[in-house]
Amino acid sequence: MAPLIQTQQLRHVYSAGTPFEHVAVDNIDFSAEAGEFIGIIGHTGSGKSTFIQHLNGLLKPTSGQVLFNGEDIWKIKTRDVRFQVGLVFQYPEYQLFEETVFQDIAFGPRNMKLTEEEVKSRVLKAANVVGISEDLLDKSPFELSGGQKRRVAIAGVIAMQPKVLILDEPTAGLDPQGRNSILDNIRAYRDATGATIIMVSHSMEEMAENVERLVVFNDAKIVMDGQPSNVFSRADELKNMGLDVPLVTEVFLQLRNMGLAIDSSVYTVSQARDLILSMKGGKLRA
Amino acid sequence: MLKDITLGQYFPGKTFIHRLDPRTKLIITVLYIVTLFTAHWLVSYALVLAFLLMCLRVAKIPLVTIGKSLKPLVIIIILTAVLNMFYTPGEELVSFWRITITKEGVFNAVKMVLRITMLITGTFMLTYTTSPIMLTDGLEMLLNPLKKIKVPVHELAMMMSIALRFIPTLIEETDKIISAQKARGADFESGNIMQRAKALIPILVPLFISSFRRADELAVAMECRCYHGGEGRTRMRILKFSANDWIALGIGVALLVTVIVLKVFGL
Repeated sequence: MAPLIQTQQLRHVYSAGTPFEHVAVDNIDFSAEAGEFIGIIGHTGSGKSTFIQHLNGLLKPTSGQVLFNGEDIWKIKTRDVRFQVGLVFQYPEYQLFEETVFQDIAFGPRNMKLTEEEVKSRVLKAANVVGISEDLLDKSPFELSGGQKRRVAIAGVIAMQPKVLILDEPTAGLDPQGRNSILDNIRAYRDATGATIIMVSHSMEEMAENVERLVVFNDAKIVMDGQPSNVFSRADELKNMGLDVPLVTEVFLQLRNMGLAIDSSVYTVSQARDLILSMKGGKLRA
Repeated sequence: MLKDITLGQYFPGKTFIHRLDPRTKLIITVLYIVTLFTAHWLVSYALVLAFLLMCLRVAKIPLVTIGKSLKPLVIIIILTAVLNMFYTPGEELVSFWRITITKEGVFNAVKMVLRITMLITGTFMLTYTTSPIMLTDGLEMLLNPLKKIKVPVHELAMMMSIALRFIPTLIEETDKIISAQKARGADFESGNIMQRAKALIPILVPLFISSFRRADELAVAMECRCYHGGEGRTRMRILKFSANDWIALGIGVALLVTVIVLKVFGL
């Protein structure tokens, strides 16, 4: 069976033929299966944002293909693909426009031409997933706090019940509590629907705690693609690309540099705890 | 997308024309426009066209770019041509039904098309080769004498810089909002006029809100740095006329004088 979403030799050039010509993504082969939780990292300008905008047909490839369920999205009705591949932009709260929170979340489902009952049930479900209580639904989205606005905007995409949910830095500019609850919401959505999640983030900790597969972009290309433990074990390469490893990994790397014979492929706090506990049985050398 | 609109865009470069003082370029543009409207017929037009092509060559601006920026104006150009062709009285060339095309009409049409295209291309030259900041600086210096009659020249120039500075930002922002709403299935391409106008609401509301937010942030940032305009304000870039500027101005004046002389001879 074909992967849920796939790109083949995807290439995109901005402002071709002018002095500002710029290759944003080059020769990208990528595929994702249903239910995967994928993280994308890469420094600013490495092509991640351009790449994700190809997945739902907002940008047209200069060359190459984007396949959804094995079909080229530019050969079928591209707009319908957008309901299946939901994209939440950076700072999505700036796209809110309706008079009430309910209306704003309903914008996507209404564009899908669903019945009013179906729209209502989807809005309530989406609001529930992101933890927006029902009494907020009749308020103006502009009266809410920053974190609440962000959640409403995410709910606006979730309400379309996409099979692939892509989020570009969903936690940027939020406080730690806001970050955690949004990440919980995203996981809850995946667990409830079995959707594929693709998340772009600059926080290695966030990636370490959430994703099962990590894709690294550098200079318009995918340079690494694998399990977080594999990717984070290449710390030097990551640092050369202007990226980083989670703090825990950094600590263990330093310990190993100091002569301690330990495994440095840990990347979450709980893994670190388990490792330390197992070492307490007298395996420490120094 | 919106980004592809080249109208009034700046193309960085280091050519002779790029390095000219913005005041020189502003004055030459005015001279050029006067010349263009003084130009009588063939010889003068050929001369002005040669001047324009020379400038394009020196500034290393490809003709394709010019073609692209003229694209949105094609309708206006065609309309002018058609109106001139049909509504100029004179020697009859072709006539069918109630429409007559005259020899003078055809001449006029060609002339008007040439004039508009050259006018637009010439003024584009200014924005292609001068950064918006330099342009407003130059304008402010040129208008300085008006301060005597209490025209707030500095404030006007500041407003203009800010407006110009925010055009790309707003275009980018609009692009982003359009993409975000498209991602939620917004449809801007189908439906009748009313439906299309309604489809703009999801773009305009966020755009207005973010413009006000930006304006507020900018005002606070300027306030924090104790900005006050006008009196006693020094500047980072001080404009200076060089020999090149005088040469360029000389060429501009020479062109105008030649065209006036040619007009006297009816060429």
